[in-house]
Amino acid sequence: MSRIFHAAAGMGAKVQAPALVAKDGFSARYDLDRIRGVFSRPQHKLAGENYVGRVLVLDAAKGGVATAWMLHDMKARGVVPAALVLNAINPIMVQGAALAGFTMISGFDQDITQAIPNGALVEVDPTAERPFIRIV
Amino acid sequence: MLDIGQTRGRAVRLNDEEQAMRAGEFGPATQWAIEHQIGVGRYLGAADFVPVSQAHIMADTESLGVAGVEWLEHWARLPEAQRRVRIPTITDPRGTDFAAAHRLKQQSWMLDLERRAIRAFEALGILMTDTCINYQTIMPPVRGEHVAYGDTGVVIYCNSVCGARSNFEGGPSALSAGLTGRTPRYGYHLDAHRRATLLVQVAATPRDLNDWGALGGIVGRLAGDYWQVPALVGIDRVPGSDEMKHFGAALASYGSVALFHMVGITPEAQRLDDVIPDGEIRTHDVAAHDIRAFQAAYAQQIDKVDLVVFSAPQLSLVEMRQLAGLLDGRRADIPLLAVTSPQVKPDADRMGLTARIEAAGGTVLSGMCFYQSYAREMAEANGWQRLATNSAKLTNIIGGYGYRPALLSMEACVAAACAGGRIGA
Repeated sequence: MSRIFHAAAGMGAKVQAPALVAKDGFSARYDLDRIRGVFSRPQHKLAGENYVGRVLVLDAAKGGVATAWMLHDMKARGVVPAALVLNAINPIMVQGAALAGFTMISGFDQDITQAIPNGALVEVDPTAERPFIRIV
Repeated sequence: MLDIGQTRGRAVRLNDEEQAMRAGEFGPATQWAIEHQIGVGRYLGAADFVPVSQAHIMADTESLGVAGVEWLEHWARLPEAQRRVRIPTITDPRGTDFAAAHRLKQQSWMLDLERRAIRAFEALGILMTDTCINYQTIMPPVRGEHVAYGDTGVVIYCNSVCGARSNFEGGPSALSAGLTGRTPRYGYHLDAHRRATLLVQVAATPRDLNDWGALGGIVGRLAGDYWQVPALVGIDRVPGSDEMKHFGAALASYGSVALFHMVGITPEAQRLDDVIPDGEIRTHDVAAHDIRAFQAAYAQQIDKVDLVVFSAPQLSLVEMRQLAGLLDGRRADIPLLAVTSPQVKPDADRMGLTARIEAAGGTVLSGMCFYQSYAREMAEANGWQRLATNSAKLTNIIGGYGYRPALLSMEACVAAACAGGRIGA
C-alpha cells in the first residue's frame, strides 16, 4: 500500500526517483559541491552523499539568494536533484525552481523528513490538484 | 479592470498594464519577467503586485554558470526598447576584482565569463554597482518603501534598520522586478508578516563585529526559517551601522531570516507591543557564554590559518580605517584580503587607507566578495584551507567550499596574519 503526503504548493513536472532524506536545511551555495554533485558542507547531515537524480526531502530552505541561479545552472549541466521536497520554503527556492523548470513541493501537515524513509522510491507530483509525494 | 492570472494556486490579480506585459506588448523580456513573477507569486500566495522603486541583483558568475550567462545574453540581444529595466537596478558583488585576479590565481575563463555577464547587464540598463552594502553607500531605502533586493544581508538590513519592504529576491526575480517595476505582494510587503514570531532576550550586548555576527548566527539558528521574525530585547545601546550589518548578515545567513526587530531601536519596534502579537510567543535567552561558545565551536582544532579574509559583507570606510590602524607598523606574512565596494575603494585610496593596508602586506579588493568569487577554485590554486575572518556570515558559508573557518575579532585576525597564521600567538 502506498502512502501519500499532500503539500501546500508545488511547481514543475511529475517525477519518480529514490529519496535522499535528512532533518536538515538546503542551500545550493552553502551545502553543495555543484561540480561533483555531492553535499559538501561538513556539518550537513548528508555530507558526502551524492544528490544527482535523487528526490531531496529536507526540512527548510536556508542561506542566501544564489540558489535562484544555481538550480538553472545545475540543471543545464545535468548535476541536479530530481526534485526538492521541503517542510518550509523561502522565496529563493521558488524563484530558482521557476527559472529552472524544476520540480518542488512544500508545506505539509507533518514533518515530511520523518514520514519518508531515506532511500525509498517516491513519486512527486506538483501537477495534481493537491500536490503530493507518495512512497511507491 | 482587473484580470486573474492563470493559476492553480492562489489567484494573482493583474491590472491593465500587467496584462499588457503578459500579452507581450512590452517585448519578450518583460513578458518572461511578468510570467516568472506570476508563477512565484502564485506559489507564495500573492494576491497582486506592488510597485517597487529599486531592484538589486545578485548575479556572480559562479552562481550563474555558463547557462545563466547565456540566458542573460539572450535578453541582451533584444532591441534596446525591449530590454531596458524601467526602475533603478543595481548589482551585488561580482566574482572578481579584475585588477587583482592574478593575485588570487583566478583563471582566465572566470574573467571571460564575468566580462560577458557585465556586458549583458549593461545592455539591459543595469547599473554595475557591485556592492552588498548599497544601504551604506548608494541609496538607502526609506521606511515603507517597497523594493526588490537580492542579497540577504541587504534585504534584512533594509527591512529591519531602514523599515523598507522587500523579500529575498534572487537574481531572476530581481531582474524581473527591474523589467516590470513591480513584484508579487507577499511576505514582507505585507503588515501581517512583519510582526514578531519569537522573542529573544539578550543578556549581554555584543562588543566587536564578530560578536554581533555570532549573536546573529545564534538567533538565526533559533529562528529556523524565512517566515520567522525575531524581536530582540536587552540590547543596551544603539548599534552602529557596521554592527547592524554584521548582525543582520549572519542572522539572514544562518536562519534565512529577512526581518528582525530590536525593541526601542529599530523603527517598527519602538515598544515591544508594536511587534508582539497578542497571545503566546516562544521566547529564548542568549547570554555572553552563548556568544563565546558559538565562536569557540569554529575555532576548535584550528591553531593556524592559511589566510585572513575580511569580506561578507564588504567593508565600510570605517572598517577600512580600523583595519589600516591595526596593520600600521606590522607585516602580514600570510595572505590578508580586505574586500570593499567600488564606492568605498576610491575614498580608501584617496585617504591613504589602501596604501597603509597594502604596505603591511594586505591586499585590498574591490567590487567582489570572497565567497562569490570561485572560492573553491581559489583554495585549490593557492593551497588555502584554513581561514580566519571576523565575519560570521562567511564562517557559515565557506565550509561548503572546503575551508575550515575560525571566527575571530578583527584584532585577532590581524594578529594571526602577522604571526604566520598562528591564532593567539
